[in-house]
Amino acid sequence: MGNPTHRIVILGGGTGGTLAANRLRRSLTPSEATITVVDQDDRHVYQPGLLFLPFGLAHLDEIVRPRGRQLHRDIAFVQDPIDHVDIESGRVFLASGQVLDYDVLVVATGAVLAPEETEGLTGPGWNERAFTFYDPEGAVALGEALEWFAGGRLVVNVVEMPIKCPVAPLEFCFLADWFFQQQGVRDKVDLTYVTPLDGAFTKPVASERLGGMLEERGIELVTEFNTGEVDYSDAGGRLVSYDDREVAFDLAVVIPVHNGAAYVVRSPGLGDALGFVPVDVHTLQSDAAPNVFALGDAAAVPVSKAGSVTHFEGEVLVENVRRFLDGRPLDASYDGHANCFIETGFSKAMLIDFNYDVEPLPGHFPGAVGLPLMKETHLNHLGKLLFQWLYWHSLLPGRDIPGVHSAMPTAGKERLPIPEREVSAS
Amino acid sequence: MTTDTIAGAEIELNEEGFLVDPSQWNDDIAVELARREGIDPLTERHWQVIRFMRSEFEAKGTGPTVRVLGKTSGVSIKELYQLFPKGPAKLAAKIAGIPKPRGCI
Repeated sequence: MGNPTHRIVILGGGTGGTLAANRLRRSLTPSEATITVVDQDDRHVYQPGLLFLPFGLAHLDEIVRPRGRQLHRDIAFVQDPIDHVDIESGRVFLASGQVLDYDVLVVATGAVLAPEETEGLTGPGWNERAFTFYDPEGAVALGEALEWFAGGRLVVNVVEMPIKCPVAPLEFCFLADWFFQQQGVRDKVDLTYVTPLDGAFTKPVASERLGGMLEERGIELVTEFNTGEVDYSDAGGRLVSYDDREVAFDLAVVIPVHNGAAYVVRSPGLGDALGFVPVDVHTLQSDAAPNVFALGDAAAVPVSKAGSVTHFEGEVLVENVRRFLDGRPLDASYDGHANCFIETGFSKAMLIDFNYDVEPLPGHFPGAVGLPLMKETHLNHLGKLLFQWLYWHSLLPGRDIPGVHSAMPTAGKERLPIPEREVSAS
Repeated sequence: MTTDTIAGAEIELNEEGFLVDPSQWNDDIAVELARREGIDPLTERHWQVIRFMRSEFEAKGTGPTVRVLGKTSGVSIKELYQLFPKGPAKLAAKIAGIPKPRGCI
């Protein structure tokens, strides 16, 4: 007794903010700390569900829930846009004029799409001939366009890395192949995947495997294409790269460039030029101030921007917020663990599991008996579907999922010679 | 790893031709590395990018990506592709004698 109550402010009520808040609430009593979560709206989107919306495999009302309802009752939820953070004084300034003082700040405001940064993209064909499924409205509009698409050139384009869930655009290709077969028009559709990377994916072994899966499905792969402009002047449109290559389309599915939240750039010292927050990659403590932490898509760490990453980071972050408040040394144990179900069409999926140092390997997850890794199976598809339930009922409330931990497991994995190849940044 | 004589100095290069030790770098080496990549001469605009890459690397330990360069170097992305064709961040890093920028994942 006698210790002052700490004030923890969490910016963002998405995956990272919600699970961090609930885990912190469980480990600190209300007299030890108050916890406040701030978000500009009250729509918590289960983002992995967005992939399924355009194909009619999910519906908007299933994947959107109120943010406040996902939080423990002893957590305050403030719905208000963030104007800026003043790290020096430890205060968050909200758009309404409200000011929140904090002892510990957790930045979990994710990434935002910036289609307007690509010349021409948001011109006359936007949401008519070019769509994104990375937000709910875009995914629904794309679904309507796909229903009417009876043939032609469908191009899936990642404008630039980093993006959220880097496997999702590939999954979209696989599902589109399946979808057009179901519609009986696959032979009238040319599918092309256009990426700035030098292969289908970032990690060599997985890149080769996924590249092969595109080929098997007759999906053309265009690599090292840095989209500089989208032009809608003819009936369809064309992507034009900075080095003047062109890819014509009738329908384009574009994953726009991503930035961090705008307020991060308005907050002196908090973020980098793109609005992501530099942190220690193992402790998640920000470079800006010792009492500021970041997790999930908002953090500038060299790992996929994905829900699984956020989940695994969350465990380490919560431990470190506790240690910071107690004045103890931080736990540098986040290893870059990521885990993705890759939907491959025809009710199958493939699972990959990797971290900072070990790329995706075949075998089983989380141990020798478990889900098959890097293989397309129906079981993995069921795993992906089951995950949505676990997300709302286990992951967000901050309960542990049996057998699934922050540190990457190695028990069930085969060791492979890794091809000597690095991912190049353009 | 190979050792090569560049602008009169013994310089260690990795498999992709990036300097192993960024501190060995100087302006003459940049001119020679650029020539090998087909960029001759290096203009004032090239130097603006090269110097920016060096200072970013010294401050942050890694070179910036193309989009960060476009936002912060004072040279637009379009012009970056004209100055350093194909992959500006990679090529400018090579000429600036710093490691290949870490790929985004």
